[in-house]
Amino acid sequence: MTTAAPALHDCRKVFAQTLIELAEQDPRTVAVCNDSVGSSNLKEFAGRFPERLINVGIAEQTMVGAGAGLANGGRIPYVCAASPFLTGRALEQIKADVAYSRTNVKLCAMSPGFAYGQLGPTHHSVEDLAWLRTLPEMTVLVPADPAETREALLWAHEYDGPVFIRIGRTGVPDVEPHVPFKVGKAATLREGSDLTVIAAGTTIPAALEAADKLTAAGVSARVLNLSTIKPLDEDAVLAAARETGRIITVEEHNVHGGLGSAVAETVVAHHPVPMRLLGVADEFTPTGSAAFLAEHFGITAEGVLHAADELLDAATPASAGTPSAPGAAAS
Amino acid sequence: MPLVAVPGATSRLRATRQALRAATAEDRARSLRDAAAAIRRRNLEMISRAGQGHIGGDFSATDVLAVLYTAVLDLDPEHPEAPERDRYIQSKGHASGALYATLAYAGFFADAELDTYMEPLSALNGHPNRRKIPGVETNTGPLGHGLPVAVGTALAAQLDGSARRTVVLTGDGELQEGSNWEAAMSAAHHKLANLTVIVDRNRFQQGAGTEETSGLEPLADKWAAFGFAVQHVDGHDHEALYQALSAHPDGPDADRPVCLIADTVKGKGVSFIENRAEWHHKVPTADQTAAALQELAR
Repeated sequence: MTTAAPALHDCRKVFAQTLIELAEQDPRTVAVCNDSVGSSNLKEFAGRFPERLINVGIAEQTMVGAGAGLANGGRIPYVCAASPFLTGRALEQIKADVAYSRTNVKLCAMSPGFAYGQLGPTHHSVEDLAWLRTLPEMTVLVPADPAETREALLWAHEYDGPVFIRIGRTGVPDVEPHVPFKVGKAATLREGSDLTVIAAGTTIPAALEAADKLTAAGVSARVLNLSTIKPLDEDAVLAAARETGRIITVEEHNVHGGLGSAVAETVVAHHPVPMRLLGVADEFTPTGSAAFLAEHFGITAEGVLHAADELLDAATPASAGTPSAPGAAAS
Repeated sequence: MPLVAVPGATSRLRATRQALRAATAEDRARSLRDAAAAIRRRNLEMISRAGQGHIGGDFSATDVLAVLYTAVLDLDPEHPEAPERDRYIQSKGHASGALYATLAYAGFFADAELDTYMEPLSALNGHPNRRKIPGVETNTGPLGHGLPVAVGTALAAQLDGSARRTVVLTGDGELQEGSNWEAAMSAAHHKLANLTVIVDRNRFQQGAGTEETSGLEPLADKWAAFGFAVQHVDGHDHEALYQALSAHPDGPDADRPVCLIADTVKGKGVSFIENRAEWHHKVPTADQTAAALQELAR
């Protein structure tokens, strides 16, 4: 089973390249940032299109508000900032100026999840999906690799409306197989009939590794890449519930309110099946790198395997009726 | 039913603007006074009928609105999203009554629609919604949102090399929101001379005076320190407002954004409402409405 470790990519790189391409092709394209020219990887953009890089300074409320105003003036603003500050500091602007006003603003949430590792919970963004998902008119995207990041951006540019897109800095491999991004559609990465693992973004590799191990052990595991968190692909989620009977969600986000919650809301309403929700337990993260924190919270292939064992065991009479707490799979 | 412009509204509004610009100061002042009085009367009827509203902040801003919509801004009610329109952004969203009465006065939608103010499912919510009301640029209500958005619309005009201007009206109490000062810093940094901030300086906020709550003074010095060309104007003197809004200061101020501190009276126009904090969102009784309409008819 040992193969050469796959190359890992920082998705901010393809983000920067794609944004430059969009700026070349479409003069309406502008970038707006909060002094994050470096961390949003906008240096080359700034060199190429200095007048179209609007740095409002360390002022996220103005950054998002000005983005809405630029959209009002016919521009297509890409509002770029570290996800915790973009969403946490400017949430009311995102609600009123972008979602409720339905302006054509693209919110580019850099370094989401716990990508900032040891910098701690102030710099982690494991609430963003919960916050953004409750805003009508908002599309919420979590691409998994450079190809999907690029396709999601190209789609967002053509779409006339608010979009929130996570742009990861954590190294991710190219997802195999590559399924072209389609908004609102979950991509089936592995077919399976015994259980389904639903993941997005940085957790896709863990989902795939676990599924391949399960398959090798004779358990047929489906994997869905849920890169559109909103609008949710209810058909794919309900097909998974109906056809596989067990669902594990795994996300770099608080277990409350994110991908797992979105899936559970649909499952419980239309076709209840046992689920396990893996993510950050509802606590502020301890000190550690992104990789350490993923291990710590069981957002790993081992975590998924553990949850799968629980779900499969629960199907036997002996251990039925003893569900474990959400998010506690790897404690 | 979506709100639509009154047929012919654009040509009427433009003709009015042209006539006001060409008029003598005296004639202009008389016309603007009549416009403001008509808007206040309608606004009062709306609040009385709805049993809700923010009459104090509506009436302090009415004269500013009347001058902007009839004599200053280049607007196109029949094409409310025409790209080259001037942008008016009302940060004090709670003064929706004054805004709606003014939009109807300018022909953005029929006057009769004002009778639905705050009724269930009406487009005319307590705070403005751009997706339902033609002429509204951005949805406000939470305070401190208008100026950042106005920075964006002014930046867009600057990038386009367009002469269209942005005027944003803020309350004074809402200047306690830090977002305004972020945006002010950014506006001056980007030399947004096409941006005018009007502060409705009625000196009251919801519960008390601004200076007893979290003092704003010296307010003009603050705006000047943030890089604005600052001017005080009597917010109820139509000719003074017209003049202040019609010319950009020159010399060293030529590339600065403008701040007009409009000294106003909360509840202006009705003696028993003026300058009383409790009339921030009190609703007049039938007798009070009749008395107020009589005062406004003079």
